[in-house]
Amino acid sequence: MVLAIILVVLVIITVVFTFVSPWWFTPLASNWGTIDDALIITFVITGIVFVAVTLFMALAIFKFHHKPGRRATFEPENKKLEWWLTGLTTVGIIAMLAPGLVVWAQYINPPAEARAFEAVGQQWSWNFRLPGQDGELGQAATRFVSGDNPLGLDPQDPLGRDDIIIEGDDMHILLDQPVIVYLRSLDVLHDFYVPQFRAKMDLVPGMVTYFWFTPIRTGEFEILCAELCGVGHSQMRGIVIVEEAAAYQLWLADQLTFAEMMAEQEGDKND
Amino acid sequence: MTDETAKDYDAEMHEPTHFFTKYIWSQDHKVIAVQYSITAMAIGLVALVLSWLMRLQLGFPGVFDFIDQEAYYQYVTMHGMIMVIYLLTAFFLGGFGNYLIPLMVGARDMVFPYLNMLSYWVYLLAVLVLVASFFVTGGPTGAGWTLYPPQSILPGTPGYDGGIILMLVSLIIFIVAFTMGGLNYVTTILQARARGMTLMRMPLSVWGIFVATFMGLLAFPALFVSGVMLLLDRVIGTSFFMPEIVSLGEPLAYGGGSPLLFQHLFWFFGHPEVYIVALPAFGIVSDLLSVHARKAIFGYRMMVWALLAIGVLSFIVWAHHMYVSGMDPAFGYFFAVTTLIIAVPTAIKVYNWTLTLWKADIHLTIPMMFAIAFILTFVFGGLTGLFLGNVVVDVPLSDTYFVVAHFHMVMGVAPILVVFGAIYHWYPKITGRMLHEGMGKVHFWVTFLGTYAIYFPMHYLGFVGVPRRYYDYEDIEFIPDSVADLNMAITIAALVVGAAQLMFIYNLVWSLIWGKKADSNPWKANSLEWQTPDTPPKHGNWGVEMPTVYRWAYDFSVPGAAEDYMPQNMPPQPFEAHRAAHPEEGPEEDKPGEDKPEEGGT
Ligand code: HEM
Ligand SMILES: [Cu+2]
Ligand SMILES: [Cu+2]
Repeated sequence: MVLAIILVVLVIITVVFTFVSPWWFTPLASNWGTIDDALIITFVITGIVFVAVTLFMALAIFKFHHKPGRRATFEPENKKLEWWLTGLTTVGIIAMLAPGLVVWAQYINPPAEARAFEAVGQQWSWNFRLPGQDGELGQAATRFVSGDNPLGLDPQDPLGRDDIIIEGDDMHILLDQPVIVYLRSLDVLHDFYVPQFRAKMDLVPGMVTYFWFTPIRTGEFEILCAELCGVGHSQMRGIVIVEEAAAYQLWLADQLTFAEMMAEQEGDKND
Repeated sequence: MTDETAKDYDAEMHEPTHFFTKYIWSQDHKVIAVQYSITAMAIGLVALVLSWLMRLQLGFPGVFDFIDQEAYYQYVTMHGMIMVIYLLTAFFLGGFGNYLIPLMVGARDMVFPYLNMLSYWVYLLAVLVLVASFFVTGGPTGAGWTLYPPQSILPGTPGYDGGIILMLVSLIIFIVAFTMGGLNYVTTILQARARGMTLMRMPLSVWGIFVATFMGLLAFPALFVSGVMLLLDRVIGTSFFMPEIVSLGEPLAYGGGSPLLFQHLFWFFGHPEVYIVALPAFGIVSDLLSVHARKAIFGYRMMVWALLAIGVLSFIVWAHHMYVSGMDPAFGYFFAVTTLIIAVPTAIKVYNWTLTLWKADIHLTIPMMFAIAFILTFVFGGLTGLFLGNVVVDVPLSDTYFVVAHFHMVMGVAPILVVFGAIYHWYPKITGRMLHEGMGKVHFWVTFLGTYAIYFPMHYLGFVGVPRRYYDYEDIEFIPDSVADLNMAITIAALVVGAAQLMFIYNLVWSLIWGKKADSNPWKANSLEWQTPDTPPKHGNWGVEMPTVYRWAYDFSVPGAAEDYMPQNMPPQPFEAHRAAHPEEGPEEDKPGEDKPEEGGT
């Protein structure tokens, strides 16, 4: 009996909490409102099922808890009911899955106009690279990594010479411009995660992974590493700054290309 | 019964008389079950204490200076691994599997008693090796229970020196132990059932344990090989999972291996593992519900088919743990579909449990309350699983506290609630005494409501975007201060829940000595373990005469029967003969387990 009441109370708390608690999605800053929508659809459907099942149990306990003289009915099966429930469940599942898959198709297919940048992770910091004038990122591999060449660009690849290297500093991107982020790790798994963008993807040493998004509001956003990467995992942060064209161009003009970096280092050595 | 058979019986049983062979080096499945359970509980206590330490750090960051980052990750890892493998898997299969299978199918013991005994001692060895890793230089591994390379075997991770090696060795030993036990359970169920115990008359507990064991036998080898390969990478420098790496500024000699390969192997084991823990719980809870609701489990045949369907399907969903791992994202479609399909048989089980309560005669005993709490918790955790299975919805949530909350609900708390319910249910059979009811009630309410208080709000931290496996959150800008308050509240709840478990253990010991004496069938249940001539059952279980089974385990409240239960070994009654002769009189004739009493095993 008490149990029946407690179950009802739990349902009430659960529903009320959902609406009044201060803990909800961080305000969105990318095009992935569609992911939030898919999530909300799933939330509503599963929420209804949770409430229904729990209240049904509470009712059953309330009505059928033991009293002297009560005897249960003997109904081992009810084929019709079982098939109905199976059918309804299937419908609910499809209602969640279909929108989810549609959005997934968007998530994994970057639009043609997306501009690339690269994020490179290593224990426990982020570096970035932008394609230069030629619009293409040059080849890179872990074996080329050295003090002078922290991201491991292939020194022989002409495409890489104009790439812009952002070492130990904030990354800037352009408002409303779709970006595809190529991800590379020099050591262990990491994950590029900006909660406001909703999107995330692991960095895997030995391969290049990607995801894409379009930033829809300006501001400074923190990159958190979301894949355990050793003791410094929770300190592995970076900053992405979303800004308008003017500010972005100013920033861009200040950055060094790979070739310039190499030349500077040569200069340092000759001094 | 002749003297002859009695003499054969004595000779065949050669019951051990010495204390040592009876209770320590024992081949009796009941003793081995208790050994498994006590060992699992002991190591589980370690995992519980580790969870307090983690929660202390999260609730009161910086207050306890001995919990530094290294220690935190070591606690996370050891806690997770112990809970999943050394507590739950061992408890359900080694503990309940051992105790219940021979008694429920009507056998004298497991078919390979010696192997069964070895299985326990090898398991104990695995536990000891695991514990040893707390004492080596560098401490236990802090790689996370998933042990993902390259990180798990590189210097940036705590326990890189000895801890990871001992962890892998311990897992390998555990799998050896599991295989010895598992082959035994499967063979016993297939070969040693009592006369009349057809497969479709077996209690669902046995079905759950059977399917889970079978899955374990297929899934653990994937962990075994990946463990061996990882060990080779770490110890002799092979590169199965290791690409070119510059670690903390040093180029390493590795090259060419694939970190993703490990993840595939790990989750090929890891996902079925979830169900290896869940299916025995499903089976046991079905029996608890049916007995304490005095009503046949609803849809027995559907329940069996659902178990089998879940067992098969769970081998083709593993990569739902890898949606954002960097594998080819097109796999996402396939694994999202298979994952959501599995929800259908799972939902059927939930419906059938709740429908078993409808028009029942519900006795709110402690096992029953735990069973109902299980349904609620499992439904919650199952439903949040749909978020994570629905590929694109997983993207923002993966690796956040939503995941932590989800898997604790579904494979942490829910199965543990069944373990508790099952202990309250079978303790009288195992020891001959009832557990103290007052303590049981306190234990139930604190555990049920306390765990809900811990994990329900935690889902919302995941919505906020709070990442998991973080030592602290203090300077993360987007996380509001209120999160720290919530974390503090959760920590307090966790400490209270933990304290209730200590009281439960006290109850186990207290009742052994002072508990009320139990009669042989205190819950008036049908399955065979309650029909033994002695309580607790003696060596050989059945005395001289083996039981014969005439019916399924769910003949509760059968119309026309004098009592509201009919044990499986109760021969057909006169009122039933009439029905059998006139099938046209009612659809009840089509009830499961009512096929001709053919031979089971021997
Ligand atoms: C009241 C009891 C429990 C508490 C308070 C608790 C608490 C925690 C905490 C704080 C974490 C670390 C979260 C993080 O930093 O990411 C964790 C991780 C984990 N827990 Fe529990 N836990 C409990 C019971 C269980 C049970 C019964 C299981 C059995 C399945 C379990 C399995 C795990 C696993 C697999 C992990 C993940 C470890 C990893 O990230 O590598 N826990 N738990
Ligand atoms: Cu990390
Ligand atoms: Cu899974």
